[in-house]
Amino acid sequence: MNDLILPAILLSSLLPGLIIFTLPEESIRLRTTLNLAGALVKLMFVALLFLRVVKREYSELRLPLLADMELVLRADALSMLFLALSAFLWLLTTIYAIGYLEGSPHRSRFFGFFSLCVSATTGIALSGDMITFVIFYEMLTISTYPLVVHRGTPAALHAGRIYLAYTLFGGVVLLLATVWLRAIVGPLDFTPGGVVAGTDPALYGSLTVIFALLILSLGVKAALVPLHSWLPTAMVAPAPVSALLHAVAVVKAGAFGIVRVVHDLYGIEFSLDLQLLFPLAVLAAVTVLYGSLRALTQNDLKRRLAFSTVSQVSYILMGIALANPLATIGGLVHLVHQGLMKITLFFCAGNLAETLDIHKVDEMDGVGKRMPWTMAAFTIGALGMIGLPPLVGFISKWYLGLGSLAADQAWVVIILILSTLLNAGYFLPLLYRTWFAGTQQEWSVSALPGGRETTWPLLAPPLITAALVIIFGLLAHLFGSPLYWVELITAREYGL
Amino acid sequence: MTDLLVSQHWFFWMTLIPLGAAVAAFLIPAQARWIGLATALVLPFFALAGIAATLITEGQPITGGGWPTPLGIELRRDGLALVMLAITALVGLIISCYAIGYFPARGHHHSRTRYFWPLWLFLWGGCNALFISADLFNLYVTLELVTLASVTLIALEGGKAALTAALRYLFIGLFGSLAYLLGVAVFYGAYATVDLTLLGEMLTGSRLDHAAMALMIAGLVLKSALFPLHFWLPQAHAMAPAPVSAVLSALVIKAAYIVLLRLWFEVFPSLDTIAVGHLLGLLGTVAIVFGSLLALRQERLKLLIAYSTVAQIGYLFLVFPLARNDTMATAWVGGVLLMMSHACGKAAMFMVAGTIHHTAGSDRISRLAGAGGPIGVLVVVFTLAATTIIGLPPSGGFFSKWLFINAALVTGQWWYLPVILSGTLLAAAYIARVLGWAFLDVKRSSYPVIPWVMKWPPLVLALIALVFGLIAYEPVQIALLGAPVSGPLLIGVRP
Repeated sequence: MNDLILPAILLSSLLPGLIIFTLPEESIRLRTTLNLAGALVKLMFVALLFLRVVKREYSELRLPLLADMELVLRADALSMLFLALSAFLWLLTTIYAIGYLEGSPHRSRFFGFFSLCVSATTGIALSGDMITFVIFYEMLTISTYPLVVHRGTPAALHAGRIYLAYTLFGGVVLLLATVWLRAIVGPLDFTPGGVVAGTDPALYGSLTVIFALLILSLGVKAALVPLHSWLPTAMVAPAPVSALLHAVAVVKAGAFGIVRVVHDLYGIEFSLDLQLLFPLAVLAAVTVLYGSLRALTQNDLKRRLAFSTVSQVSYILMGIALANPLATIGGLVHLVHQGLMKITLFFCAGNLAETLDIHKVDEMDGVGKRMPWTMAAFTIGALGMIGLPPLVGFISKWYLGLGSLAADQAWVVIILILSTLLNAGYFLPLLYRTWFAGTQQEWSVSALPGGRETTWPLLAPPLITAALVIIFGLLAHLFGSPLYWVELITAREYGL
Repeated sequence: MTDLLVSQHWFFWMTLIPLGAAVAAFLIPAQARWIGLATALVLPFFALAGIAATLITEGQPITGGGWPTPLGIELRRDGLALVMLAITALVGLIISCYAIGYFPARGHHHSRTRYFWPLWLFLWGGCNALFISADLFNLYVTLELVTLASVTLIALEGGKAALTAALRYLFIGLFGSLAYLLGVAVFYGAYATVDLTLLGEMLTGSRLDHAAMALMIAGLVLKSALFPLHFWLPQAHAMAPAPVSAVLSALVIKAAYIVLLRLWFEVFPSLDTIAVGHLLGLLGTVAIVFGSLLALRQERLKLLIAYSTVAQIGYLFLVFPLARNDTMATAWVGGVLLMMSHACGKAAMFMVAGTIHHTAGSDRISRLAGAGGPIGVLVVVFTLAATTIIGLPPSGGFFSKWLFINAALVTGQWWYLPVILSGTLLAAAYIARVLGWAFLDVKRSSYPVIPWVMKWPPLVLALIALVFGLIAYEPVQIALLGAPVSGPLLIGVRP
């Protein structure tokens, strides 16, 4: 009985999505109600589940697939981290998307696929074994495609093709690696400490190859260099989709998958024994620097943010690869922190584009005077990314730094410092233009009646996420805060 | 009651009812549609009754005869026959509903309506008879029934192109049958029996046996359109009216394949089949790549779907090299699962293509540009059905690829891995090409209203194709009843 909560969480976004597909374009009110009701119901279920997991009650549901296979849904501490993040940000993104797409065509299609995406993400978070994970991971790939090409322009279709080519390539490699691992190890239930350790040493070579294949395939969505190119291309999609790609679902699904593989399939100790993690750390470090370097030279605002994501997501992987409790905390907590900061930045970029038709960095001179609230939120997000205390980005970097020292990998600290300098290098000029450069133009669009800079659905979400960037930084140890939760996960993973 | 269920009469009725209905539909053309629909509605119940009966007898299928001797026909009631009867009943029901809308009762095309129903019911009866045939000769006769009905159905569309395709199909079919029959004659001459089980026990592995095997396989390969003997398929499947294309791709191809599957696992195991397996695997490989690449280049939707069938047939033939000692069950179930899910997915795709043709006046893919409104719905249905063709979860196609990959890894035939995987990517590419056109943002004028029987039945089938992997547990268990293979499906690699 208890376990029905797991399918209920899935259905809370799946059902509204399926109903929305059938709605005519004009029934705006019904569509909005369904969207928001779904998001709120899901949050409620997530809160219920959260309290159970704190008490170490792990809900589980198993369905037989073919013979010898099962569909396993399971809520453990790590699931909850991703689930809570995506459920909460989904609510905000839905509100934002309702405002953003007002009056544009094909909205039933958009919100239908949007809900499918979130359902797939929920499934990824709740997957209790690798087979289930693969199923939902592929569903996410497919349901995101219509969102990427939503605008229907040749550029959008091109981005869609690139997106599919990369992610489906990753998908088939993931399938191969999973089948192979299943054939060697047996059932692939996610278990703290891993399931691979007892394998015959004669197969260690195969296990290493499989690990590389897994990282390769999951690295596509996590935008690891050199598999990252789809992400900057996909920035032609509408802003809510960018938020979904960068913060809520897609990129996170890849990073989350790598965490699952390292922690719950291979296990940290076994991965260290096979020396699998050092190459991963190096790859992540390269990605961190490469993404930042490329971001420096981008004039398109969303492209700059996209390269910033390439860089920032690899912090998560670096934390995992260092295989030390403190670094793990830094990496995992960045899963949430990066989501909050990046979604703020994309919401704000969307506001600039939607309200003032600003797409390029050099068009941003003096925009702070026209849209002070939006740009204040943007500033908080950007400063967080740089790692300014006491914002959340600082917490992540602090733990990563402590962890790398504890793991005797001081070179990572240098990477962190370099990366911080580069972050400052591509964000500070932006902030300078925003607040201090003179306005050389009259804004074509005047403020809304009452002096508001844009509509509420567009303004409220970035303000809320920006506030959280401050609150979770200041009160990092609050019950239920990301850091609190991540410490709990790490303690359970390392058996501390 | 139990006696009635457990008796095997219902099995015979599944053949007799459609054949009888075919005669009735031919004699009373005015009522042909309703006779057809009634038959289509009844057969699924018989299929369910068959499954129930088998489960009541504690999963022990009653193989062999029992029918009074004058008829003298050995029936086979194993799991494979059961699932094929059931999936045919399901796909057949949906296609029949669709055909009610596709072939209007009046209008200048009503002669098509008049002949479609008797032929289709005849074909259905032939398929059902084939599934339960237990000897080489009955398999031959039933396969012949199916072929003849198919040829006539292709010719229904009229016009030079359709007639050419039909004639070509007829010759190919006859040629294939001839080769097969020659093989049967050789076996009968040597062993004086045509019973599958008996032959399987008696084969000595002589040269003659191998020659007969080669002849039969060649004939069946021709009929199931494996590369390079596929050349007749795309025209035939694309020229026919949409419900006929759906029947041909979903069921008729599988009929020849089922015969081969039965022979391979029941009659030929004592022969030296490794080299033949490799040859079939090689041809399958080329079919996958070649069919997909050609599908990628088609301008017309129905041709694209037809070439996609060529590629999927390639996957079906990977079963033969991949089934070795440990992986017999893995590969066999992979093949059966692929047959079932391909039947659902492909039938839905052809029906959608037919509806698009009907609505937009052409099935050119470029005509889909900016597909909104009713056509947009159709494109969604098309995509849902295509998930199983691409092999995306949670479709049946995904799990059959899983099983194939497992078998390839365990038997060390790693060269099939890139084939299986790239086939997936190529399929995604040709489906995405259709989607790309549909998502292109151009304004369209309004379309005529689509009758609901042409819109919703394909959706049902597409949804079944989409979630077939999740509900495949029972079908797979049933298919394995009395199967020539057994053992776990997921096999471990040993160092």
